[in-house]
Amino acid sequence: MSSVGNPTVNPEVGAKPNYLQNGHTVASWLLTKDHKRIAILYLISVSVFFLLGGLAASMIRMELVTPTGLMMTSDFYNRIFTAHGVIMIFFFLIPAIPAVLGNFLIPLMIGARDLAFPRLNLLSWYFYIGGGLLGLSAILTGGVDTGWTFYTPYSSMYSNSQVMLTILGAFVAGFSSIFTGINFIVTIHKMRAPGMTWFRLPLYVWSHYATSIIIVLGTPVVAITLLLVGVERVFHIGIFSPELGGDPVLFQHLFWFYSHPAVYIMILPAMGVISELFACFSRKRVFGYHFVVFSSMAIAGLGFLVWGHHMFVSTQSMYQGLIFSFLSYLVAIPSAIKVFNWTATMFRGSIRFQTPFIYALGFIGLFVVGGLTGLYLASMSTNVHLTDTYFVVAHFHYVMVGGTIMGFLGGLHFWWPKMTGRMFSDYWGKLAAMITFVGFNLTFLPQFILGYLGMPRRYHLYKFAPEFQIWHILSSAGAAALALGFLIPAVYLTLSLFNGKKASANPWGAKGLEWTIQSPPLTENFEEPPIVTEPAYNYDPEEAELEEDEEAESEEPVGARA
Amino acid sequence: MSVKADPVYHQFEDIEQQNESYIVGMWVFLVTEIMFFGALFLAYVVYRWNFQHTFYEAHKLLDVKLGTFNTVVLLTSSLSMALSVHFAQLKKRWHQLACLGATMGLAGIFLIVKFFEWKAKFEHHLVPGPGFQWHGDAPANQAQMFFNLYFAMTGLHAIHVVIGILVIGVLALLTFKKHPLVESFVPNEMVGLYWHFVDIVWIFLFPLFYLIPV
Repeated sequence: MSSVGNPTVNPEVGAKPNYLQNGHTVASWLLTKDHKRIAILYLISVSVFFLLGGLAASMIRMELVTPTGLMMTSDFYNRIFTAHGVIMIFFFLIPAIPAVLGNFLIPLMIGARDLAFPRLNLLSWYFYIGGGLLGLSAILTGGVDTGWTFYTPYSSMYSNSQVMLTILGAFVAGFSSIFTGINFIVTIHKMRAPGMTWFRLPLYVWSHYATSIIIVLGTPVVAITLLLVGVERVFHIGIFSPELGGDPVLFQHLFWFYSHPAVYIMILPAMGVISELFACFSRKRVFGYHFVVFSSMAIAGLGFLVWGHHMFVSTQSMYQGLIFSFLSYLVAIPSAIKVFNWTATMFRGSIRFQTPFIYALGFIGLFVVGGLTGLYLASMSTNVHLTDTYFVVAHFHYVMVGGTIMGFLGGLHFWWPKMTGRMFSDYWGKLAAMITFVGFNLTFLPQFILGYLGMPRRYHLYKFAPEFQIWHILSSAGAAALALGFLIPAVYLTLSLFNGKKASANPWGAKGLEWTIQSPPLTENFEEPPIVTEPAYNYDPEEAELEEDEEAESEEPVGARA
Repeated sequence: MSVKADPVYHQFEDIEQQNESYIVGMWVFLVTEIMFFGALFLAYVVYRWNFQHTFYEAHKLLDVKLGTFNTVVLLTSSLSMALSVHFAQLKKRWHQLACLGATMGLAGIFLIVKFFEWKAKFEHHLVPGPGFQWHGDAPANQAQMFFNLYFAMTGLHAIHVVIGILVIGVLALLTFKKHPLVESFVPNEMVGLYWHFVDIVWIFLFPLFYLIPV
């Protein structure tokens, strides 16, 4: 399994090369079946897409500074916000946490040597890249102007843009996430180490299990739906166009049947990360472990029953709307259970304010705002007023950016030492996390007000309402701060690869199987197959207090204990 | 992609864990397939509900005899597939190969019949699109919707039959060569699960398109 000992290997790390040292050729990366290397491939590729989506976002924010649209034509603006949405949703938010951190951590957390189907895992990355290249080629050859939702009949009959290429890109990327979902479900069912019972699984694994169920049930539906739009567009035979006897609202039903649960595909893995962070940095077992488990599963289940709240102003019947409204309120319950349990975890914990935990606290603040404003939108009467306004934009950015990206960055910082074997600067980390939090609120709080006042989404001209301008300027200023908050980690994390301190096996003092092995791990993960004898998050409260005393005496940062 | 003599891949502890993982993986894949077809079935339900009379009128233009024949053909192919798994468990390799061959042959017959059915629709201008011609009393665009769904659903099903023939072919070839990958019966069982799924889809398609009551 392992190659002959490499003379350059650090003697501290041991005789065997770790997974990063095990082969240095391009082929050893591009043809790897190691889940850890595939995670790194995904990390690089989703970061590139995040950068591209962020560039589109910054163009949107610059354009909105003035009410008269100085920079771009309306048609160009349509293409820019569509590019932002398509890239961020299909090529960043959906794969970000499962494909990067999930791929890396699930086998480590359950004590397996790899995922059940390593080749399928590699194939999923190639599908992701294929879909991403199709999407990018659509943007480079003129872009798409339908919005990321591809509503028919505009997308299937009238739009004069690269709808076909974009749809194909989303279709192919969809299969990439289906492959990941199948792999996770089988791995979690069949590959757990001896003693790793279902209720000893870290909550991170549970949240990925729930996510995988949504992926497996939802993604095929949007795949066939997008395929039907494509067929309708190319061959003029279809089932959505009213001219052909079809019902365009059927498209909305099928689209949101996936795309609402997709929101939970994006947020559930982030919730898993947050559970890990709260337990580790409070040195306590997550409060109400079973409740958090079941709330993940409840979100996965209920998530499939609420899609109609995207369609309150379509031709959907009012009674149907009432039921969807009620079910949407129900989703708030498991989400709230999680938030309360995380905050209760901190109670009497031994709290350490290190970078990942700052992100976790930021997550709570932003997710609560995002979740509560969701209730405004789930109620039919306010929804009619707020539909397609900036209120909606602000709401889902609070959940998607405030939730998912804070979770992603928190998790990335938390497991960065494990993935790369290097520590990053805690000072810059905390600073960036706080800049992100402030910049985020400055960007999106004004958008709630804008939306409430009636600014529609997807417009770039508002010259008849010049009073909106101040809010747009605030929002754009916040976007600049937010961009800074994302760029700083990119710099110091990259630098840490070259001059970061060597990370010990467990720099945060966390529990969990992934912290019992060296950083970075060996290719085969565990030298001896682990046997699990204790529940997850088995922190000893007394030990935590001791550690705290020691820390007070020596001012040394935790990372230096290596 | 080196295939080692050891049939257990490095990530598994033993052959049982590997086989169970394969079977669970196959079932989860079939769930995604059900959802894939599910969207089309939902569309069918919506339009059948809205255009009941037209769907009844349009379905008369399908050939029930050919549809019934094809149903029998596919059900028989499921039997031969089930038998191939049985023989694989008993390690009767030639019996197994004969059953796999029969399954492929029956699937081929299904596709040939399907080809002539579709060909007739093209000749009668019943293919949706600009050339669609409809002479019945019911509205033409509703009738077109029936044929839209007919071609979309039987077409997607036919693609699955073609994939099935290819996969069974590969399995038969590996079995013929006594390849270590197919030493256990599990690969045959996985292909069998897929094939039965393809059959079950047809069992729903047949009454929905050919047997619409007044």
